[in-house]
Amino acid sequence: MEVTAGWYMSLAALLFIIGAGGMLIRRNALMMFMSIELMLNSVNLTFVAAGKELGSLDGQLAVFFVLVVAAAEVVVGLAIIVSVFQHRSSASADELSDLRG
Amino acid sequence: MTFPILASLILTPVAAALVVALVPNRRSELHLPLGITLSMIPLALAGWLFFAFEKGVAGYQYTQQAWWYEPWGMSWHVGVDGISLALVALTALLVPISLAASTSIVDRTKLFVVFMLILEAGLIGVFLALDMILFFLFFEVVLVPMYFIIGVWGGERRIYAAYKFFLYTALGSALMLAGIIALAFFHRDQAGLLSFDYQELLNLQLSDNAQLWLFGAFGLAFAIKVPIFPLHTWLPDAHVEAPTAGSVMLAGVLLKLGTYGFIRFNLGLFPQATVDLVPVMATLAVIGILYGAYVAIVQPDLKKLVAYSSVSHLGFIVLGTFALTQAAVEGAVIQMVNHGITTGVLFLMVGMIYERRHTKKIADFGGIWQVAPWFSGVFLFTAFASIGLPGLNGFVGEFMVLMGSYSTLPVAAILGAFGVVLAAIYLLWAYERVFTGPITIEENREVADLNVRELSLLAPLVALMLVLGLYPNIVLDRVSPSVEAVLDRMEATTTYVVPEPGPLFDVLGGGQGE
Amino acid sequence: MTDFIWLVLALPAAGAVFLHFFGKRLGEPAAGWVASLLVSAAFVYAVLAAVPFFQGTAHPESVVLWSWMPAIGAEFAIRWDPLSSLMTLVVTGVGALIHFYAIGYMHGDPRFSRFFTYMNLFATGMLTLVLADNFAMLFLGWEAVGLCSYLLISFWFTKPSAAAAGKKAFIVNRIGDFGFMIALMIILTQFGTLSFDVLDDPHLGLTTGLATAVGLLMLVGAAGKSAQIPLYVWLPDAMEGPTPVSALIHAATMVTAGVYLVARNAAIYEMAPIAATTVATVGALTALWAATIAIAQKDIKAVLAYSTVSQLGYMFIGVGSTAYVAGMFHFMTHAFFKALLFLGAGSVIHAMSDEQNMDKMGGLAKHMPVTATTMGIATLAIAGVPPLAGFWSKDEILGSAFNQGGWMVVLWGIGLLTAGITAFYMTRQFVMVFLGKPRWDDGIHPHESPKTMTVPLMALAALTVGGGFLNTPFRTGLERYLEPSFETVEGAIGMAHPAEGSTAWILAGVAVLAGLLGIYLAYRLYAGPEERRERVLQRFARPIFTWENAYWVDRFYGKTIVLPGKAVAGWAAFKFDLGFIDGIVNGVAGVVKRFGATVRPLQTGFVRNYGVMLAAGSVGLLIWFLSRGGL
Repeated sequence: MEVTAGWYMSLAALLFIIGAGGMLIRRNALMMFMSIELMLNSVNLTFVAAGKELGSLDGQLAVFFVLVVAAAEVVVGLAIIVSVFQHRSSASADELSDLRG
Repeated sequence: MTFPILASLILTPVAAALVVALVPNRRSELHLPLGITLSMIPLALAGWLFFAFEKGVAGYQYTQQAWWYEPWGMSWHVGVDGISLALVALTALLVPISLAASTSIVDRTKLFVVFMLILEAGLIGVFLALDMILFFLFFEVVLVPMYFIIGVWGGERRIYAAYKFFLYTALGSALMLAGIIALAFFHRDQAGLLSFDYQELLNLQLSDNAQLWLFGAFGLAFAIKVPIFPLHTWLPDAHVEAPTAGSVMLAGVLLKLGTYGFIRFNLGLFPQATVDLVPVMATLAVIGILYGAYVAIVQPDLKKLVAYSSVSHLGFIVLGTFALTQAAVEGAVIQMVNHGITTGVLFLMVGMIYERRHTKKIADFGGIWQVAPWFSGVFLFTAFASIGLPGLNGFVGEFMVLMGSYSTLPVAAILGAFGVVLAAIYLLWAYERVFTGPITIEENREVADLNVRELSLLAPLVALMLVLGLYPNIVLDRVSPSVEAVLDRMEATTTYVVPEPGPLFDVLGGGQGE
Repeated sequence: MTDFIWLVLALPAAGAVFLHFFGKRLGEPAAGWVASLLVSAAFVYAVLAAVPFFQGTAHPESVVLWSWMPAIGAEFAIRWDPLSSLMTLVVTGVGALIHFYAIGYMHGDPRFSRFFTYMNLFATGMLTLVLADNFAMLFLGWEAVGLCSYLLISFWFTKPSAAAAGKKAFIVNRIGDFGFMIALMIILTQFGTLSFDVLDDPHLGLTTGLATAVGLLMLVGAAGKSAQIPLYVWLPDAMEGPTPVSALIHAATMVTAGVYLVARNAAIYEMAPIAATTVATVGALTALWAATIAIAQKDIKAVLAYSTVSQLGYMFIGVGSTAYVAGMFHFMTHAFFKALLFLGAGSVIHAMSDEQNMDKMGGLAKHMPVTATTMGIATLAIAGVPPLAGFWSKDEILGSAFNQGGWMVVLWGIGLLTAGITAFYMTRQFVMVFLGKPRWDDGIHPHESPKTMTVPLMALAALTVGGGFLNTPFRTGLERYLEPSFETVEGAIGMAHPAEGSTAWILAGVAVLAGLLGIYLAYRLYAGPEERRERVLQRFARPIFTWENAYWVDRFYGKTIVLPGKAVAGWAAFKFDLGFIDGIVNGVAGVVKRFGATVRPLQTGFVRNYGVMLAAGSVGLLIWFLSRGGL
């Protein structure tokens, strides 16, 4: 059976749903963070798949951008989480509600 | 390729800011001297540019253009003409001086110096930019350091003042951004390509209606900056709360972004709307002149008094700009420089006396002349320059504006002339209460006279007041052709006719500097 | 000589700059000598440069120094013609004498050198005013003397009254300048330049209506500077300044700038008879008004101040009735005798340990013979006793006015009445100060002033005696001298000349009689028995009270202009600006803020809530797009 673009898309959708669900359900900031990464990579997968299907390099190009941004985000995000953890000995996102309006 | 003098003028302050930022905080005593020293570089460049600038040429000199994003017609495009030259020189001069006057800032000096230098880069950039996006960028860049300078190092109500300043001006520039984008799209409609280039946009054929709307979008941004009555209330708050250096830069240069913008963009890009709106602008200008001066009379706070006097003086600039005659517009430009110098010194001196007495209330003083004769003398000199005493710089601009405005706006010119009377009242009355009479409050006996540092940073400005008062041609020679070009364009694109000077004009080889 | 005429300006200017920086080191009296000698040098140069005019061989010349504001045709340029040279000679000549006098008068003042800095600066400004070749430069000098007047009136700035008087002088003058500036706007717009070239042929640019407007507006400026109704109120206050200042600025030179302005613009006034008549009328009214006030003043300098206002009114009658030469002539003689009177008064004040109240003087003639003699001469001169200087010039003005006929005859009548009053109050002053019994406070030992003060007095006395002969009906020297300056004056009215023949004799006789009558009455009243004086003064108590308080004009201005002005300014600044305009601004901000507060609870602070909203929003958008049939 040939793996067509549809499969990739489905996988990406699945990954995205898992990521989104994790994002909404998990309380631990670190886990939420990983969920976000999962979503980003699911999108990367669609880009690559679509790029291959359409025979265009744009998809892969976009992936590079996403990767770079994600990497930067990881650096900043992890730093924040670690620093929060040091202060509060907890990484629960629900406790970090200081920005409540 | 020749030396990119204009790019250097914009970038050297940025580089200087980086250098200062690299000095660690534990050597905080180095930040200010380093900042002052480094800000001499743009000053030297500006000085060189000022004298290397070719007189009698209307167009832009030392232009430099490099594509930034060609499909959208955005480029790094800078150039200098007589009008911007004068303001660039003023900026470069005021920055080192206001830095040198900031010795009382001991908290987070590094940040302060960095902000001042970035402010300088932004201001010079605004005057040199020939690309609308670049202009807008610099126009906005200026806001950020100023916001922090007021908000961090300001007086008691600094947060309120900083917010008010930022939000008020940002509101105006948002509309201007819309106007800029609209212009680019008009260009695409007419020439097929997006373009943000000022000189390209000059060729647009805009309908009267479009001109009016765009004039409004740009005009509101500039009117807030100037500020034009009734959009002026951010100014007293910002001036009073800002630290001395902030007030100097604010009054000296920032306000001129508005008046410069009017001459460069509103007169240049929307000539028909300008001609149509002359009555409105002249009315507002006259209200500003009289209202600012009148309200200044009763201000209990010395700094606020100077702030309101700025509203009045800037009114003269707006009046001159929209009088649309050679003398008036030239007068408006040189008044920008002159107001920057005199009001700069007034703010510096109010700051100095605040450092001594920790009050700016007029009622807390009296008889200062006895204990600080040099201080009082320099203040009086500057006050008279600001009042518009002939022979000092303030006169040249106001006189040219008034004399030049009469032929197109006689009523406005006559009413505006009364502002000169009011100026004498508010400044001399304040001077009487602060400096003359007996000393009634004991603390005032301890007020020290100017020290060497203060004297030496005031001296160049005081000297300029005299030089520009007696020989304003240093500036006028360079400004005149550019102003002529603006008015020529106005005549070429609208039905407006610059009034003919009278029959004896040519007797004196009229209009051309000798 | 003319090419270097700028030296006349540069010498005192250099003095001011030099004394500003080194005066203190130079100390007393050297600083005073430097200042005085520089002004004297300017005088000498001016005399030499004016020689061709004396010979009647030269024509007016302009010397361009440098360009100032090319767009409005303003440059630094000097006009050297008979009119400006006459002004220059008086300013530097009398000025130098007053400078010398001040060396003695200011003796011991801690700011001795600063005083001479200002005096030299004043001389520079005044010379700029008279030597200007265009209106802009004239305005420069006009304002510069205003500045110096401000500085010198408030010279003793620790006295609140002195500081206030200086400010008042400047501001009132500014009100006058307001009119002046509008006049300049009209001139510039009509001619395209501010150069005095416009005066060669005003018809080129002005209609009669505009000429009238310009003339009247210039009168506003002139009334400010020359202390005419309604702007004269600053001059009496200006007496707060040191006495040499009163003599130089507020009697001999600066205050006559308005007269000079009218004379300089003779060509314009020629086109505008209404404006000219207004000038004369204002002058006549001021002359009478101020003279009456002078009758009741007790302060020795206040009498002279109001007398100056009154005499300036005479000059306005002169130039307003187009008798320009007569006006300038009176300016010159007035400079001599009024400077003399002021310096004499200064000498008296000096001797009386700063006492200025004439009620506390008396019998000083014995102790101060030089001062008394010279002041006596000046008193007779201002009273119009022949053959002293005042007689000739006043007679010429009155004669010219009478000769014009019509309305001018009324002004002549007012002038004549004023002449009598002048003689009266000046004699009153002389008697109260120098004659009768001493009424001094204890511990005052009057003494004659030092040589630096008495020598200028004697020199001015000589000029007061001889100055009148420069222009008598028998030998019109000044008229011929000034003629080139008024060549262009040939308009509707033409230049007025005094009456001739028997009319002249009769007019002169009447004027002299009026003067003598004034002298006689005053002498009889004030030198006579005290009991009679009391009775007479009692009978006129009401008018005297009014005059003593100067018709309460200051209070009137205070109540009608200053107080309401301040009240409205206070309302505008605090109620309107802070309350209304800023209220709107803050109101808009408040609305935004309130809206923000309403939607604020949406921001829960829980990241997952935002996540749900994000997801819900995306799904919502997706559904919307799909429902529209695809993206």
